[in-house]
Amino acid sequence: MIALDGVAVRYGTSCALDGVSEQVPAGQWLGIIGPNGAGKTTLLRSIACLVPHAGTITIDGHPVSGLRRRRLARLVAYVPQLPGLPPEMTVGDYVLLGRTPHIGYLRMETAADRQICAGLLGRLGLSPMAGRTLATLSGGELQRVVLARALAQEAPVLLLDEPTSALDLGRRVDALELIDELRRERSLTVLSAVHDLTLAGQFADRLLLLDQGRVAASGPPASVLRDDVLAPRFGPGIHVMATDGTLVVMSRRPAARPRP
Amino acid sequence: MSRAGPGRMAATGGPNGQAGPAQADAAPAGAAQVGPGAGPARAAADPAPTPGPAQPAAGPADPAAGETAAAPATIPRVRSGRAIAVAAAALVAAVAIGVAVGPADLSLPTVGEALLTRLPWHPGLSVPAVAVTIVWQVRLPRVVLGALVGAMLAAGGAAYQGVFRNPLADPYLLGVAAGGGLGATLIIITGGSQALLPVAAFIGASLAVAVTYLLGATGPNRTIISGATASIVLAGVAVAALFTAVQTYLQQEHTQVIQQIYAWILGSLATASWSDVAIILPYAVVAAALLLAHRRLLDVLRVGEVEATSLGVDIARLRLTVVIAATLGTAAAVAVSGLIGFVGIIIPHIVRLTAGASYRIVLPVSMIGGAAFLVLADVVARTAQAPSEVPIGVITALAGAPFFLFVLRSRRARRDLA
Repeated sequence: MIALDGVAVRYGTSCALDGVSEQVPAGQWLGIIGPNGAGKTTLLRSIACLVPHAGTITIDGHPVSGLRRRRLARLVAYVPQLPGLPPEMTVGDYVLLGRTPHIGYLRMETAADRQICAGLLGRLGLSPMAGRTLATLSGGELQRVVLARALAQEAPVLLLDEPTSALDLGRRVDALELIDELRRERSLTVLSAVHDLTLAGQFADRLLLLDQGRVAASGPPASVLRDDVLAPRFGPGIHVMATDGTLVVMSRRPAARPRP
Repeated sequence: MSRAGPGRMAATGGPNGQAGPAQADAAPAGAAQVGPGAGPARAAADPAPTPGPAQPAAGPADPAAGETAAAPATIPRVRSGRAIAVAAAALVAAVAIGVAVGPADLSLPTVGEALLTRLPWHPGLSVPAVAVTIVWQVRLPRVVLGALVGAMLAAGGAAYQGVFRNPLADPYLLGVAAGGGLGATLIIITGGSQALLPVAAFIGASLAVAVTYLLGATGPNRTIISGATASIVLAGVAVAALFTAVQTYLQQEHTQVIQQIYAWILGSLATASWSDVAIILPYAVVAAALLLAHRRLLDVLRVGEVEATSLGVDIARLRLTVVIAATLGTAAAVAVSGLIGFVGIIIPHIVRLTAGASYRIVLPVSMIGGAAFLVLADVVARTAQAPSEVPIGVITALAGAPFFLFVLRSRRARRDLA
């Protein structure tokens, strides 16, 4: 279980997060939504201790700020929005980087590390490209390769920053389905920042709406994906419709503005 | 199916090598749609390691994913053996040429026999004593010293390019050259003993790096990951400028020794002796061992500092250890040979362009290749205008730059250069 209590992050004088409290039970998926600059990325980074935070963040009772890097990397795998992808690195070598927290400081990967990664490549349908360089892959393939690297950490908590932003609409659903399958297979706790509110509502168990660093709303998707909750943050063009029991969030041009 | 060349990612990536997966060029996400010819064809055209053929299927291949190809049982190791063998062959050839060539007209058999006379099991050879002296006291120490200096400069450059994630980094980045130059200048203008020259150069070089590191890596807001890399590099620029200013001032105040100072700064192996080899050898061994031990971590760092941190790497410790190791090696090299430029920047890049960008390849191959390159450059330096010598730094740039440009242009554009 991940518990956030009064988490605050300041960048210089500006406050990126301000008093965020939330609890995520093990095995759940928390979708973090909010307009640009709301603090979604900062929240994920503070859980991975990549920015210093005030307040407390605990994973199964351990405050993350007190853990050594290697220990933390065995608990939390973090996928940034724009991962560094060395163009000359092969897919296999890239996924092996995920074993780093399990390898001693100056040690090398063991045969077991290599087998674990080969298994992940098989699971994600990447085996045929194990020897190819990252530069030769498409966006959808890269997205799965990065996911495979994160899974190689074998951490119970997966932090994903906009995992689908580079994908077309069909691939987004595929990617989130894959994450959902893996979450159930491996009992992962997933926290992901998502821009696509409709998909966020369909995949996440709970949504956390951030606005200017504060929690504007949190709860089951149906309680957050409402016109009166979203419109103040995203603008008056936001409209939630229910179709076949699914909440669809649309953005429209406000009707009041005449066409030029 | 994306068939774009490897330049694509680098071209879209910023200077940090950050290339987002933004180029979603409509390739299917399912593995089943990957053309069977695409993988092997690409792999065959690429020097990077490929999975071995006919590996047995294993691993939890998911039938639901429409997996058609057998999952390899393991991820193959980075193959560095061939590149190391090629570099080692080049080094052996360079050493042979270095020992065989010189102003004294010794025949090849004579050189060979002279070499053998110092070995414990040598047969009863009758070689002129002067030949033995020339080979063992003049040529061999110079060749060995050149090899050690070349190895240290190339390894230092490769390590700095990795740890500072900057393709322009060279081993003098943090002030080793300026500090060594000031130390040497102080000894020359005060008329100190020649024996003190390497000591002073070593101390000056190490001091400059220590000042750079203390000012650049510590201070407020340096707690987690906070642009320490850039501030260290910038501190190095400032410290180097400061030391160089003092050195230049002292040099202009003592014009009677300016040529001696200038000769040291240009770098030379002309006075090489076994005592110089003894000075550099322990540092070279420690530096080489430490740098090689960090080859995997430097590969982790290729994804960027933030992600490497999230993978459990202590960036500050990694950076400090690599800087200490590289400084020991290059300061010792500078102490015995002066400032030989260009080796530390071109050799690692030639290795990246021709053999692969993994530090498991770049570090060992740069060491061996740098050693071979400097031994050959020294042969040219002492024979091109014999009996006078051309400064070796002139040769490294004169011969190295065109070769480097040739490799840069002939290889696929914009590969992974840091």
